[in-house]
Amino acid sequence: MNLYKKAAIAGVYEHPTRWAPDKSAFQIHAESARGALEDAGLKISDVDGYFTSGVSGMAPILMAEHLNINPKFLDSTSIGGSSFDAHVHHACAAVAAGLCEVALITYGSTASSRGMSIGTGLRLGSEPPEQFESPYGPTTVGAYAMVAHRHMHQYGTTSEQLAEIAVTMRRHASANPQAKYRDTITVEDVLESRIISAPLHLLDCCIISDGGGAVVLTTPERAKDLKKPPVWVLGAGESCVHTGMGAQDITDIAARRSGETAFAQAGIAHSDIDMCMIYDSFTITVLTTLENLGFCEKGEGGEFVLNGRIGLGGELPINPEGGGLSNNHPGMRGIFLVIEATKQLRGECGNRQVEETRLALVHGTGGWLGVRHSGVTLILGSE
Amino acid sequence: MSGYQKPIPQIDEESKPFWEACKRHELYMQKCRDCGTLRYYPRALCGNCLSSDTEWVKCSGRGEIYTFTVTYQNRGAGFRDELPYVLAYIELEEGVRMMSNVVECEPEKVSIGMPVEVVFEDINDEIALPRFKPLPE
Repeated sequence: MNLYKKAAIAGVYEHPTRWAPDKSAFQIHAESARGALEDAGLKISDVDGYFTSGVSGMAPILMAEHLNINPKFLDSTSIGGSSFDAHVHHACAAVAAGLCEVALITYGSTASSRGMSIGTGLRLGSEPPEQFESPYGPTTVGAYAMVAHRHMHQYGTTSEQLAEIAVTMRRHASANPQAKYRDTITVEDVLESRIISAPLHLLDCCIISDGGGAVVLTTPERAKDLKKPPVWVLGAGESCVHTGMGAQDITDIAARRSGETAFAQAGIAHSDIDMCMIYDSFTITVLTTLENLGFCEKGEGGEFVLNGRIGLGGELPINPEGGGLSNNHPGMRGIFLVIEATKQLRGECGNRQVEETRLALVHGTGGWLGVRHSGVTLILGSE
Repeated sequence: MSGYQKPIPQIDEESKPFWEACKRHELYMQKCRDCGTLRYYPRALCGNCLSSDTEWVKCSGRGEIYTFTVTYQNRGAGFRDELPYVLAYIELEEGVRMMSNVVECEPEKVSIGMPVEVVFEDINDEIALPRFKPLPE
């Protein structure tokens, strides 16, 4: 089924908190749900489809209880930080198929105030593939670092080029009063920050914050009469990449296939895209995502991100709110990509508004590049 | 109780021959008897054709570093005492890539493409963990 304009984003809400020792993660989910429903002009009793991830156990029924909703469609797709982008994809399919009419997606986390070590704790479990990895001490940062190293070896990409991405995200965050880190940094600052897992420095890595958000999708008919203008889902694609029995080219990421699917559905060209929201777990994530989505050739990402191209005012602005590298990263960032893209398409972003934004691309990466990960691409439009 | 604090692989029916070979300090991979595809990590069915007709073939134990990272931060038990250490993917001569560590070498001297050979660390009576050390130039 082609999902082109089969559902619309009707409401979004980014929770303002970055530090919430006084709140539970469930409370952040609920406050975010309230915010997105208010944004849409809908009531909690309108919700008949519910999507969430990042909550342990049977996430959707736990959270449905907390919100006191009884949806007839439930989805707990859990594929890492991109889960919420997958939820948008799945919500579109469910709305298009008539399985639900008002789909609510929520996220909430207190990763920072509860002291979760997201990147450098031992994260792999005990499932079959992990038996052959966890004994060797992989970390989240280490997996991405191995991709960065191979990319440098194959294509001559430099730490300076990667640093440019972190510098750009911080410049964006400096204009966002809600961003956790707002003091501008230089390429030298990135290169002089301590190495976490070579070749990635501290400032090549996303931050850790508390936070949450919510998104509401509905049918085209219903979306037309709500409080805010609809933002259309024009294309969506999903993919995963893993070690492939020992044959993985780790610079070839899930974005390649998910991007192809999304662009084909939307029927548009790369040059039509006005801005991108790209999951920036690490600087290398952005670079390989741009290459694999096809904004440049493989190996050209290092040059592509230079000279202000991905900054506000540049040819292809990325993450105008500061991204996971500077604004917020409570562990799973996918929902914020959709929220900011929606606000940009509505023209609500004030001093960080990308001018004349009609088409935005969202790409979420979940899991570990270099080991196994998911990729979800969404193409959103205001018309 | 041993002082070994890092995760210890759990042997199951699918991986047992691999770990038995490691215990003898030999590196074995599975090969599909139907389509000939080599695979790592071990599992009962070929991921190329879903055949369960599998043979175990002995690897030379030599290969080269496909990529690596020098880990300076890991709060995990066992690892935090050994920083910095080298996490790597090794491309074996047989063409299969596996995650491992590069040992017996200063981390600063490790490079992509460096030839390596397997060494086994006996971590208990059941498990010898394959790691890799640089081959002499």
